[in-house]
Formats: sequence, structure tokens, C-alpha cells
Amino acid sequence: MTLVLAPGTAALLALADQRLPSGGHVHSGGVEQAITDGLITGVQSLERFLERRLRTTGLVTAGLAAAAATITTPGQLQRLDREADARTPSPAQRLASRAQGRGLLRTAKATWAAPSTTLSWTDLGPRPHHPITLGCACAAGGVTPQGAALAAAYLSVSAPSTAAQRLLALDPVTVAAVTVRLGPAIEQVAAVAAHNLEFEHLPDDSDPLLDLLAERHAAREERLFAS
Amino acid sequence: MRPDLYLSDSADGGARLGVPRPAALPHELPGEDPHEHRAGPGRLSGEHGPLRVGIGGPVGSGKTALVAALCRVLGEKLQLGVVTNDIYTTEDADFLRRNAVLPDERIVAVQTGCCPHTAIRDDITANLDAIDDLVERLAPLDLVLVESGGDNLTASFSRGLIDVQIFVVDVAGGDKVPRKGGPGVTTADLLVINKTDLAPMVGADLDVMSGDAHKVRGDKPVVLQSLREDPAATDVANWVLAQMARVPA
Ligand SMILES: Nc1nc2c(ncn2[C@@H]2O[C@H](COP(=O)(O)OP(=O)(O)OP(=O)(O)O)[C@@H](O)[C@H]2O)c(=O)[nH]1
Ligand SMILES: [Mg+2]
Repeated sequence: MTLVLAPGTAALLALADQRLPSGGHVHSGGVEQAITDGLITGVQSLERFLERRLRTTGLVTAGLAAAAATITTPGQLQRLDREADARTPSPAQRLASRAQGRGLLRTAKATWAAPSTTLSWTDLGPRPHHPITLGCACAAGGVTPQGAALAAAYLSVSAPSTAAQRLLALDPVTVAAVTVRLGPAIEQVAAVAAHNLEFEHLPDDSDPLLDLLAERHAAREERLFAS
Repeated sequence: MRPDLYLSDSADGGARLGVPRPAALPHELPGEDPHEHRAGPGRLSGEHGPLRVGIGGPVGSGKTALVAALCRVLGEKLQLGVVTNDIYTTEDADFLRRNAVLPDERIVAVQTGCCPHTAIRDDITANLDAIDDLVERLAPLDLVLVESGGDNLTASFSRGLIDVQIFVVDVAGGDKVPRKGGPGVTTADLLVINKTDLAPMVGADLDVMSGDAHKVRGDKPVVLQSLREDPAATDVANWVLAQMARVPA
């Protein structure tokens, strides 16, 4: 029997797995602040929050990850890094993205010798944006740009949903069902994001709510999550 | 491979030995079974970074008090850094800064996402990054102390994060604690039974605690101490210095 799957599918599963030890578990993607501010109070409001996050942050990071998976020169990497900065108006979110990119870079380095035949891990610098690192790791693992987009879109909801589950002591089965039910939306977002990978055509949607939550969170003294 | 450059298959995971080499390469030494070292990717730098000592244990057992004591005693001779894993606030880091046991820039706090245990064992990224930042800023460092968030008896540090670990339990928690065991009590490189001054108040039998601890730990050392009576944590400080002496200068 032959298994008909895109090459790199197993690597894609690993890279989209929250247990990949790359530091994502200390980031809530705005959920901790949204709970504090009364925007998320249970599973229904969580689902609405996650869908909104998917269609903005998720879409943008999916585009960046897909584009990163196609990169062949350090110059393109630098350009994409600036594109990511420009699409992330909140300084706190930029920091959170680079902190998670740094963590993923450590895992990627330990796993693959280089992102591609023409790039080295050092070309990414010490603190690359998370979606760019994810795209490069996908390329290293033989995952397609579409796969990279899917991983980024999926992570944009799975990591925050876990944070909400912990903070509100929600039923883990219900939270898992919410994430899985978002599957078709996740696939749609990934498809849109990876449609045109020229940098100037990458999605650039933003969500002022998420920007504000990130900034309010960064200014807090007491918090469980780094973002 | 030059066998003389390696010490032993010990908690140091090989990263502190005479030559840089990648983690977890199985190798054979004369008179030893083939074995793997356990250092993680955090230890791949190939440089002899500082000795990393993990300090874990249940809530309130005296971890921060021990870190403060070690900083006071060792901070004059050694270049020190501290990472705290506070649960919600930066209480421990603030305590250490307020008591000026070390200059502020030598103490960093990391967030643990509601899961202190994950941050020291399953996904150690935030702690590795904090140590890398300390090393980058303050190199050369001799010693980094990593205090875990207060946790339970199953808490233990990944060998990818630390070289050796100390587990601190509290006499006031009852003399049953060493008997209950758990990875912290049984596998830590040093077990500290702290607050012995409270034994008469809580009716804890120190001989029972010490006897049970030795029973579950085999040859691994146990220290009974009271930071009230010995604020210099003499035995623990000496143990840490002995660990450092195993590192080539
Ligand atoms: N009587 C007595 N009190 C001690 C001793 N060591 C520490 N304490 C006190 O125990 C309390 C808790 O000590 P900490 O050092 O904050 O404990 P911790 O393990 O860091 O606590 P968490 O980080 O919150 O888990 C403090 O009030 C200390 O002063 C001791 O040997 N004897
Ligand atoms: Mg403490």
C-alpha cells in the first residue's frame, strides 16, 4: 500500500505541534489580557476571539511563513523581516514574535543542518520573527509553502486556546473541539495567504483590538504569560 | 576521541568538559559501558559556559532564601547570575534585588505560562533564552542559579537546562516528605531538608527525615539546614563549590 501525501507532511505535523519545545507555551496571543478585560469569559467568547485572531494575525503570519519557505537569499530574508515588522504595529507583538522565533530557531538548528542549500540558520539573525522562522523550518523539513501557511494559521489559534483553557480552567475536550471545528476556516486562511507569495502581495490585515491587548499586557506587573 | 578529556557519565552532560562536542553522542570509554551524554541543544555552543545549578522544591520551602544565601556567600568570589521562574509576579526576583544580594542586571525573571513545571522540564526555551541573555551581557560568568517556581514533589529540571540540581523541602511540610519520594527527592543531585529550626514546633523527627531521604536516594547527598541558624548555607555553598571544581579552569 502506498500513502499518498505531500512530502514533508510528518515534519509539518511536528512543527504545528504545540509540544514542540520552542517556547510557545509562555505566550497567550492576547488571551490573558482579553480574559482580564472581560472579553473572553467562556468557550463561546473564546471561539469568537480565536476566529477573529485567525482572520487577522493568522492570515498575516500564514502569508509570512509561506513566503519564508520560498526564500533563497539572505537579502530576501532581510526584506521579509522588514515586511513582518511593518505588518506588526504593536511593539509588544513584535517582541513576542521575535522571542518565539528565537525559540523555534534553536529547535530548528538542532533538527536540520540548514534551512536550504543556499541559506544558513545564522542568516536569520539571533531573533527572527516567528512566522519567518517557521517558514524556514518548514522548508528545511521539506514542507511546501502551503504547508507552512497551514502551520502558521493553525498555531495562531491552537496556542491561544490552550492559554485560555489553563486560565479559565475550561473543559479541555470542549476547547479541543473548538480548535478542530475551526479547521475549515484555518485551511481557507492558509490557502488565501499562500495564494500570491510576492512580498508586496502578502496579507497585511491588522486588528487594533489585538494590538491594544498586547500593549496593555506588556505594561502589566502581574501576569502568567510573556504575551 | 580523547578519553582523558572526559570526566564521567555524570549530571554535567559533557558540556563542561575539556573539549566542545555535540550533545548525546554515544561513545565508549575504557572500562565503561557505552553511554550517551544528556546535554540539550542549549548546551551546543561549544564554549564552557557557567555551571548551571537548578534549585527546585515545593512552594515556600526556602528556595529564594537559599539563592540569596548563595549569592551573598559566593557572589564575592564568583561571577554570578540568577534566573527566577516566578508564577505570577516578579516577587522572587524583586526580593533578591531589594536585598541587594546581586546587582540588578544579574537577576532575570521569566514567565512560565501558568505551568512552572513545563518551563523547567518540558519546554525550557524561556529559561535557556534568559541564561543566554545573562551570558551575553555579563560574560564571563562562573555560575548561574535557576530557581524554579514553587511546585510539587514531581518537579525536576531537564538536563538540557541545568548541570546539577538541588531540591529543597521544608521540615514544616511534615517528616513524611522524604518518604513520599518523587523525582525531586529521589533524583536531585543534592537534597536539602530546610528549616530544621522548626522541627520541634511541628513535631517533625529529623532522624526519620534524614533516614528516609538516604533510603530513597542511595549514595546521593542530603543536607539538613536551617537558614535561620546558618544564613551562609555553608554546606550547600561548599557542595556548589565542589561541583565547580570539577570544571576545568
Ligand atoms: N524558620 C525558617 N524559615 C525559613 C528558613 N528558610 C527560609 N525560611 C522562610 O520561609 C519563607 C519562604 O521562603 P522562600 O525562600 O521565599 O521560599 P521559596 O521556596 O522561594 O518560595 P516560592 O518561591 O514561593 O515557592 C520565608 O519567609 C523565609 O524567610 C529556615 O531555615 N527556617
Ligand atoms: Mg521563591
